[in-house]
Amino acid sequence: MTAIIDYGVGNLFSLLSSFAKIGEEAVVTADEKVLDEADRIVLPGVGAFGDAAEKLKNSGMAAALAKQKEKGKPILGICLGMQLLFDKSYEYGVYDGLGFIPGVVRPISDVVPDGYKIPHMGWNKLDYVGEKHPLFKYLGDEEYVYFVHSYYAADCDAYVTANAEYASPLTASVAKDNVMGCQFHPEKSGDVGLAILKAFCTMKEGAIC
Amino acid sequence: MITKRIIPCLDVRDGKVVKGINFTGLREISSPVELAEYYSANGADELVFYDITASSDGRKIFTDILRETAKSVFIPLTVGGGINTVADFDRVLKCGADKVSVNSGAIRNPSLVGEAAKLYGDQCVVLSVDIKRVDGVFRVFAKGGRENTGLEAIEWIKRCVGNGAGEVVVNSIDTDGVKKGFDIEMLSAVCDAVSVPVIASGGAGCVNDFITLFKTLPKVDAGLAASIFHFGEVKIKDLKQVMKNNGIPARI
Repeated sequence: MTAIIDYGVGNLFSLLSSFAKIGEEAVVTADEKVLDEADRIVLPGVGAFGDAAEKLKNSGMAAALAKQKEKGKPILGICLGMQLLFDKSYEYGVYDGLGFIPGVVRPISDVVPDGYKIPHMGWNKLDYVGEKHPLFKYLGDEEYVYFVHSYYAADCDAYVTANAEYASPLTASVAKDNVMGCQFHPEKSGDVGLAILKAFCTMKEGAIC
Repeated sequence: MITKRIIPCLDVRDGKVVKGINFTGLREISSPVELAEYYSANGADELVFYDITASSDGRKIFTDILRETAKSVFIPLTVGGGINTVADFDRVLKCGADKVSVNSGAIRNPSLVGEAAKLYGDQCVVLSVDIKRVDGVFRVFAKGGRENTGLEAIEWIKRCVGNGAGEVVVNSIDTDGVKKGFDIEMLSAVCDAVSVPVIASGGAGCVNDFITLFKTLPKVDAGLAASIFHFGEVKIKDLKQVMKNNGIPARI
């Protein structure tokens, strides 16, 4: 069973429907016990970093998630949920994240020249970094996924598993041991996105492959 | 590179697609859910559902359909038609819409765009504008293109983008239905005025019209059309291939 963390941020309808579509059991929860019973955990999120980080902390979910991370349970952050995995973000201030993956979140406008539209919105190609990560095991070499974001993960080169080219390579996905994140929305990336979620559903504690 | 998006638009009334399609020669598909699944499997990058029901009963049927679609189609869904208040945004977003398109509702209540952007984010608010030339000036038309509002279109678009509209659909009444190509002059004026994504609508009659659009105006992000896709005059898969052959970034 996959637990999708509910901390009052964003609409989980599409995500829940995606798991139903691929025939995998998923529950939306804010219950620590359910996280403990789950085989794997999804950290979703849309909106602003500061607000989401606070809600995650205040709901007790940040501490619960840290405990599961230590146990080696697979964790997948999506979009803002991925950004929250890092040390901190510079979105409208400076806010601390979960610190699961070393790196920071910065505005795309820092690295993209004038004339490029922000948010980086639409379908972009996954440029895999190094050996293809197990999350992409069902994908071909040229696959497109759907992005909507104005901030990106920086200073995390050692953990980048794929980039998306937008005048500059933007971090598309990251992984450090059992903690994974994708900046794009698998639940809005058609069959490619569903294949990524399917791959995640084959992972368990101590088995990220 | 981010790809140029191809977006079919479905008009929905009383739970059915207004102009059903007949791709297979066997039967007409009028179920929005089925049609959305078809497009999703055949290369559409995004879908627009346009609710043309007037009654509240119809609205309920529409949101049911939307929910059903969002359960089986996993590409971005934009919903338009009858969006007049923030409550209307809430209603369709809860049923699985990713973006909400406002047109007449923003003209009647100019604070709507700003309020919605603050609540749901700029990326969620799509400004849709019906534009027609009147004495050489681009004017905004309301009520499905029947009423001249007197608003100058470029100023109106700039104002709404300033308030938080994250994307603009430019529908040229002058080229709509003519099938002789998109309104390059009008689109060029809009692209020069704003820095958010611009979606071209109105006038596409063949594959080449999309190629001309993206070649002439690289700033345009997407092409939207309805009947040429529904009637199979342009197959999205073929269109994407020709785009790619012409060096236009396309998701295949």
